[in-house]
Amino acid sequence: MKIEIAGQDALIVYFADATSASVSVRIQLAVGNIRSQMPDIIIDLVPSYASLLIIFDINQCDLFEAKSRLSKALTNLDTGESQAGELIVLPVYYDLECGPDLPVIAERGKISVDQVIEIHQQQEYRVYAIGFAPGFAYLGEVDERIAAPRLATPRMKVPRGAVAIADRQTAVYPAPSPGGWNLIGLCPTRMFDPEKQPSMPVQVGDRIQFKAIDREEFISLGGEL
Amino acid sequence: MSGFRVKQPGLLTLIQDHGRFGAFNLGLTNGGPLDSLAFDWANRLLGNDINASCLEVSFGGLCIESKVETSIVITGAKMPCKINGVEINQWQTRAVSQGDTIELGYATDGTRAYLAVAGGFNISPSFGSSATVVREKIGGLNGDKLQVDDHLPCLPSAIAQHYFLGDADRPQYGESAILRLVLGYQHTAFDPTQQWRFFNSEYRVSDRCDRMGYRLEGEAVHSGMTGMLSEGICHGAVQIPADGQPIVLMNDRQTIGGYPKIGSVIPLDTAKLAQLSPGATIQFESISPEYAHNLYWLEKSRFERTQPVKC
Repeated sequence: MKIEIAGQDALIVYFADATSASVSVRIQLAVGNIRSQMPDIIIDLVPSYASLLIIFDINQCDLFEAKSRLSKALTNLDTGESQAGELIVLPVYYDLECGPDLPVIAERGKISVDQVIEIHQQQEYRVYAIGFAPGFAYLGEVDERIAAPRLATPRMKVPRGAVAIADRQTAVYPAPSPGGWNLIGLCPTRMFDPEKQPSMPVQVGDRIQFKAIDREEFISLGGEL
Repeated sequence: MSGFRVKQPGLLTLIQDHGRFGAFNLGLTNGGPLDSLAFDWANRLLGNDINASCLEVSFGGLCIESKVETSIVITGAKMPCKINGVEINQWQTRAVSQGDTIELGYATDGTRAYLAVAGGFNISPSFGSSATVVREKIGGLNGDKLQVDDHLPCLPSAIAQHYFLGDADRPQYGESAILRLVLGYQHTAFDPTQQWRFFNSEYRVSDRCDRMGYRLEGEAVHSGMTGMLSEGICHGAVQIPADGQPIVLMNDRQTIGGYPKIGSVIPLDTAKLAQLSPGATIQFESISPEYAHNLYWLEKSRFERTQPVKC
């Protein structure tokens, strides 16, 4: 573990060189410790794959104090009680109609489209990070057989709810946007709704399971094609 | 509620308060004024709350009609400003009456002006802030920049004493800036030759500059990194992608990203950068974090010591 300066009011902790579920658990424990031990100087936190960015209040403390209190908050992470994130099931309408990249992924993995759909649902994913856009949750890690690099040319418009794969990550697009991930289906659940409380159904550390639904169910759950 | 009607929104006019903090967990960025010094002066000259909502007028072209008796002030970039066709001074509070038309022409020095109204515009906060981030469709009026016929609500206000900021105390923007930077993040991945090049070259502001980030053009700088995991990005971070051209990340940046960063420009200097136009020249200077903190407090104390003048 290494603490680096990020900016005049920001420190970043690197927990490891690579991501894994256990690294992510330690980051979650660190977030908990920091929130409880130094709330007076913390403005915001950004947990990610193997790092945690800490923005502190420059009006309350300097870098020395922030760093020393941070070091204390980061001790005993391994003995902390790890909280299993909540399990959230997200329904997905997997079909060529809304998953135009299913055949490409199948071909890459030398498997059938049905197997791609099957494999995507087989495991629980962990929410490693939220960012890029409001409500965009990075989920990992997908089975190697369905991993696929980003498109060489990103699409101008990816619809809201698009379920997608990039390398060994998967995600649900929270809003229409340009995007270079491989599209495999559509999820009717709103991933970000500013009018709702909470505005996101998931948070970092949660566990996600995808469940196939048919076209009819997708529509009845409010999905739009 | 009483307020102002937008006759012409200009190129990019946004409602901003100090910004949105504490919502990174949802992927929401900060927003807020690109030049917070000019923003703070606008509110201070009117005796407003320091976080009152103002208009950030980028490049100019705004025209609004008052439907209320109140006072306004315009700070920041130099733009020809008129009330009912009569030129008015910037950095000076003015009474406006119902039916008055306020016009901001195009910027001649700097790019971002701030128009504040006594008591602030009355905008319901979204995730704790009125700051507009168009990319996220959050804040302001429906998450968008001002449009023709938008109504900018504010309460009537009668100010007995008007103030202006003395000429010597007003910032000058010009066509160049030195950006002071605290080394951080992946700075060790840039070897001494690359760092020397970065700190001893002159960069130009490219035409790809907006509230997310300012892309610069000049000597390419390369890190030894081939790939990295996405991580949190703080304000002012200087990201250097594979083409070697630095990008200074600003208020509307994405909260996480996966390009190597050499460090972060201090907010005092990102404010200067935000006032520059494409073609302006930039140099980077490395400073210690202690010096950065010192500069922060000196600027704060200078702001507090500087007294506006009674009209």
